[in-house]
Amino acid sequence: MALLSVRREPPARYRWLLWVLAFALPLATWSAVSYIPWLWHPQVLITDAGSVSWIKPGLRLDRADFAAQVNKATAANLAPPVGEPANPLYLPPPHAVGRALYGAFTTAPRLKGDMWLHESIVMSIKTIFLGFAISSLFALPLGIICGAYPALSRMTEPFVDFVRYMPAPAFGALMVAIFGIHLEPKIAIVVLGTFFTQVLVTAGTVRRVDPALLEAAQTLGAKRGKLVRRVIIPACLPDLYNDTRILIGCAWTYLVVAEVVGVSSGITFFINQQAKYRNFDNVYAAIIIIGLIGLATDQVLSFIGARLFGWKLTRRSRTRAFLGWLFSPRDVLYFPDKPSTR
Amino acid sequence: MPSVTHSDSSSSPASPADYRLQSEAVAARFAALHARPVVLEAEHLSCEFDSERGRVTALRDINVRIHRRELVCVIGPSGCGKSTFARVIAGLQPVSAGRILVDGVAVTAPGPDRGMVFQGYTLFPWLTLTQNVRFGLDMQGRSDGPADAEARQWLDLVGLGKFHDSYPHQLSGGMKQRVAIARALAAGPKILLMDEPFGALDPSTRAQMQAHLMEIWRNVDITIVFITHDMDEAILLADRILVLKANPGEVQEFIEVPVPRPRRLDQFNTPEFQAMRQHLDSLIHPAPGPNSPDHCPLPFIRLTQAGDDVE
Repeated sequence: MALLSVRREPPARYRWLLWVLAFALPLATWSAVSYIPWLWHPQVLITDAGSVSWIKPGLRLDRADFAAQVNKATAANLAPPVGEPANPLYLPPPHAVGRALYGAFTTAPRLKGDMWLHESIVMSIKTIFLGFAISSLFALPLGIICGAYPALSRMTEPFVDFVRYMPAPAFGALMVAIFGIHLEPKIAIVVLGTFFTQVLVTAGTVRRVDPALLEAAQTLGAKRGKLVRRVIIPACLPDLYNDTRILIGCAWTYLVVAEVVGVSSGITFFINQQAKYRNFDNVYAAIIIIGLIGLATDQVLSFIGARLFGWKLTRRSRTRAFLGWLFSPRDVLYFPDKPSTR
Repeated sequence: MPSVTHSDSSSSPASPADYRLQSEAVAARFAALHARPVVLEAEHLSCEFDSERGRVTALRDINVRIHRRELVCVIGPSGCGKSTFARVIAGLQPVSAGRILVDGVAVTAPGPDRGMVFQGYTLFPWLTLTQNVRFGLDMQGRSDGPADAEARQWLDLVGLGKFHDSYPHQLSGGMKQRVAIARALAAGPKILLMDEPFGALDPSTRAQMQAHLMEIWRNVDITIVFITHDMDEAILLADRILVLKANPGEVQEFIEVPVPRPRRLDQFNTPEFQAMRQHLDSLIHPAPGPNSPDHCPLPFIRLTQAGDDVE
C-alpha cells in the first residue's frame, strides 16, 4: 500500500482524490444520517394525526411516545396517528441546508430593520478586518522590537502574558461602557483577543531568526537599527505572514463572542435570530458561510504568500505551484525551511 | 631540488626532511613577509564562557602577530578553540582577558574591517546574489549605482558573473561559498576570517575552492586567517600554521610552512610537504598513552559464523 506509508507523501495522482474525499466523507456521513431511515431517525414526523386530538401533522414525537400513542389508539379501536421516521429539527438534511444557503440571500429579513444575510456578513467582515488591522498595527512592531531586544521583551512580556490569560469576552461589559453599543466595542474585543497573543507569537518568530545571519551581517558592518531593518525583518517576514494567517482564524473565534456584546450584530445576530425562529437550516447555512469565508481567506493568503516569499521555496512551474498549493497538506502551517522533497 | 640553507640536510628516506628546513626562496619570502607591517595582533588573549558543562576555557594566553597579506591557517584537535579564535577576532565573542589589535587599534565589536566566511554559508536568502554582495557596501551608505557595479565586479571575480540575479537557494554549496567570499571581500575588510569554510563541501569541490581562494588571495590585498581541521588543506594554503592544543586552547606551535609558492595540488608528494604533514600529525594526533580516553581496545566479539575470514 503505497498510499499508507508512514510519513511519506501519497503519489501526486491521488492527491486530488484525497482532497475531494476530505469534504465528501463528512458530507456522505451527514447524508447517510439524514436519508437512511434505519440509521438514526430517533423521532417520528406526524403526517396524519388520526384520532389523537392534541397531535397535529408536522409535529415531531420521540419514537417511544409515538408508539405509546399508536398503542393507546388501537387499544381503544380508534384511528392511530400515522408518521414517518425523522431526525430532530436541529439536524436538517443537506438539501434543506443547500436550499437555505440559496434562500438566505434571497429572502427578506422577517422583521423590518433587520439585516439581510449579505449585510450581516459584510458587517462581520468589517468588524474582523478592522479589529485585526488595529491589533496588527500595534502588535507587529511591538513584537518585532521585543524579539530583537531581549531587554525590552523582559520588560513587556510578563505583563502581556498576564493579560493574555484574561478571556477577552470578560471585557465585554467594560468595552460597552467605554465605546458604546455599536461596532466599536466589538472591534475592541477582537483587538483584545488578538493583540496579546500576536505580540508573543511575533516576538517568538523574530527570535527564531538564524543567529548566523545576524553574525554575518554584523561582520559586514550592520548595527542595531540596520540589523533589525535589513536582516531581522526580511528574514522572518514569511513566518510573520504565516503567523498572521493563523491568527486571523483566532480572530474569527473572538468575532462570534464580540458580536453578542452590546447590540447583537453581524452573522452571529443572523444565527441567533434564525435559531430563535427554529430555522436550523439557515443556522447551518450561516455557519457554513463562515467556514467558506475562512477557508477562502486562508487559501488566498497562502497562495499570495507563496508568491511573495518565493525565496523560501525552490522555484517551480506556475501550474505545479498552483496544483501544489491546491493539494498541499493542510496541516503545514509554516513554510518548510528546506525545499520539501515532494 | 631546491637547495637547503641548513647544513644537516642529508636526511635519509626513512626519516623525512626536517619541517624547519627552508629553501632559499622560501626563506627569503618569509624574511620579506616578516618585514611587512603587523595587521593583526593577539595580546595575552584569553576567552572563557559558560556552557552546559560549566565554565570552559576556550583560549588561554594566546600571543600571535600576523603580517599584512599573510595567509595563516589555524589547526588543532576538536575543542581546541580554533573557531572561538576566529569569533573573538571578529568581535562576535567577548574576550575574558587580553586584547585583539587590528592595525594597532583594539577591537571589541564586530566591524567591516574584519570580514568573515562561515561554514554554513549564511547568505541572505531573500536577496539576489548582487544584493547579497552589496550588503556590506549598503551598510557603509554607498549609493546604489556604483555599489551595484562593484558588487557585480566581485561576483565576476569569483566566477559567478552569470548568476547576478539568482537567489542563493538556486546555487550549489561551492557556489554559495564563493558568493560568501565575494560578499565578505566587497565590504573592504583588512582581514578575512574563514571558519572551516570548505568543511561542508565534497572533496572535488573543495579542491577547486582551495585553488580559487589562492587565486583571489594573490589578486586582493587581504590578510586571511583560515580555520580548518584538515592538515593537507592547511599546508596547501598557509604561509604559517598556528597549531592550538585543546583544553585549554593554547598555542602549541606557530610554524612556517616550507612548501614553496605558488602552491599546486601535486606538491603533496614533495619532501617539504611530507615533513610538514608528519610533524602536524605528531602534534595533533600524538601516540595515545595508556591513560588517554582514545586508548581503549574494542572488546572482541565474534559475530560471524560464515568461516570466510577476511583478516
